[in-house]
Amino acid sequence: MTEAHVIVGLEVHCQLDTKSKLFCGCSTDYRNDGPNTHVCEVCLGLPGSMPVLNKRAIEFAMRVAKALSCEVLYESEFSRKNYFYPDLDKAYQITQYDKPLAEKGILEIDGDDGEKKVRITRIHVEEDPGRLVHMGNAERGRYSLVDYNRAGIPLIEIVTEPDMRSPKEARKFLNKLRATLEYLGVFDSEKEGSLRVDANISIKGSERVEIKNITSYKGVEKALTFEVTRQRNLLRRGQVVERETRHYLEARGVTQSARSKEMEHDYRYFPEPDLRPLQVRSWVDSIVLPELPDARRERFMVQYGCSVNHARTLTGELRLANFFEKVVEPDPAGLPALAATWIADILIGELNYRSMSLDLLEPATFTELIRLLKNGIITDKSGVEVLRVMLDQRLKSETTETPEVIVTRLRLAKTTGDDAALRTAIREAIAENQKALEDYRNGKAGALNFIVGQVMKKTRGRSDPAELNRLLQEELSKGA
Amino acid sequence: MVTEKDVEHIADLADIGMDSGELAPFTQQFNAIIDYFDILDRVKGEESGVRDLYNVMREDDPRPSLPQKDVLSNAPASEDGFIKAPRVM
Ligand SMILES: [Zn+2]
Repeated sequence: MTEAHVIVGLEVHCQLDTKSKLFCGCSTDYRNDGPNTHVCEVCLGLPGSMPVLNKRAIEFAMRVAKALSCEVLYESEFSRKNYFYPDLDKAYQITQYDKPLAEKGILEIDGDDGEKKVRITRIHVEEDPGRLVHMGNAERGRYSLVDYNRAGIPLIEIVTEPDMRSPKEARKFLNKLRATLEYLGVFDSEKEGSLRVDANISIKGSERVEIKNITSYKGVEKALTFEVTRQRNLLRRGQVVERETRHYLEARGVTQSARSKEMEHDYRYFPEPDLRPLQVRSWVDSIVLPELPDARRERFMVQYGCSVNHARTLTGELRLANFFEKVVEPDPAGLPALAATWIADILIGELNYRSMSLDLLEPATFTELIRLLKNGIITDKSGVEVLRVMLDQRLKSETTETPEVIVTRLRLAKTTGDDAALRTAIREAIAENQKALEDYRNGKAGALNFIVGQVMKKTRGRSDPAELNRLLQEELSKGA
Repeated sequence: MVTEKDVEHIADLADIGMDSGELAPFTQQFNAIIDYFDILDRVKGEESGVRDLYNVMREDDPRPSLPQKDVLSNAPASEDGFIKAPRVM
């Protein structure tokens, strides 16, 4: 109930995955190159240079507008936003102000109380500023190093209405937006710094606070959660929440007052005289949208029999959904049930634990693992071990052993009834646990599970618990 | 009409220090420039045709950028390929 008093709106900046910058031909593939190696007269703002708009950036933004059911404005235009800061070489940013590309859209999310429609206020296109590295210490020698490789990378800014009611809903909105943008082929979330979020948050009846420059998906929920606590504490002590801008300090997980003096009118926006307006509404009809996350989720349930939760998890990220479909492709009827469980419930966790990208894992290798499990060659426990070995190997080198090789090398194949070692392990476990045996004979059925556990330990998890139970009973009846 | 207060505010936004002796001449110059635009506004020119121009765009083809040393040649100071700037904030 208390959460209902929290009101959150977001401004999400996403880099559009074009090949060249928004207003010049500089390549956007700058991440592995030195500073200031992807810049030219235009993105440096040298006198006499003229911006020319990248058509694909507008096409990408239009796809997003259509996917979010926005109205594309009949005429839109670019404006200059003037401010002085070293990340802006021109001392202005080319953005859209009073005539954005599109407005009034919807994104449906899986909200705190079920399906929820978050209203999109507007979508506009703008250029990314440069990147600053702050040097020196607080006492002296403070200066900034500037890299303009990022300056001029196309961004879309997506602004929502204050429709989210908790930090968790804000995260869910972001996840859904990320998935949608990736499905549209306009955005790559794995590129460092490709997403930045400003969040507006207020407690009902109080002033709102803007949190600037949150640079990670998890950061949004953390920053908002911190802010909810801070604002509630102020109100509880009878103080007021001031309307202000705060910065999120990722490393410390706190927000800090920005003491920004600039007001909206200080940006002195005016129409960009070097660019002509856009009239692109008619393009909307010719845009063919690909299958989007909701449709794919439904298809996964129908086509592969996935549960709602598995389908939602698997389609929540483009890479994951593609991976799943490639894994089950060799046997689309037989593999999906196990594959869905193993990807959604185990693989994701193992990857996150290692901060590892799914791209490092071959779908065919994973198919092989699923087959070993499906054919009863290894137990679930051994399956996890094989997976961990593969992921650890892949982190260290280009290739990994195949699941079969790992199973052979580590002798992980499931024990069978006629396995002499297993029989020995069972007899040992019985001999070593006479007390439990007695309890079992005195009618405590649970005591048998204890002995099963002891055998599992001896066989390093290679035995199927149900099979073991049967063998144990068999052994006991022999002895009786 | 630009006032001394406007000039002071704009100087402040630009982080430019301005002493009181400079305010009056700058204000006078600001107004002279803006008045000049008023004159330009009154000039009857030929229709340039540019008004009907929309959707001026280029294809998304990357082109070579400038060599790093050329980029840095205009900077007052640089360090490891970065442009060195005073720390703001
Ligand atoms: Zn450039």
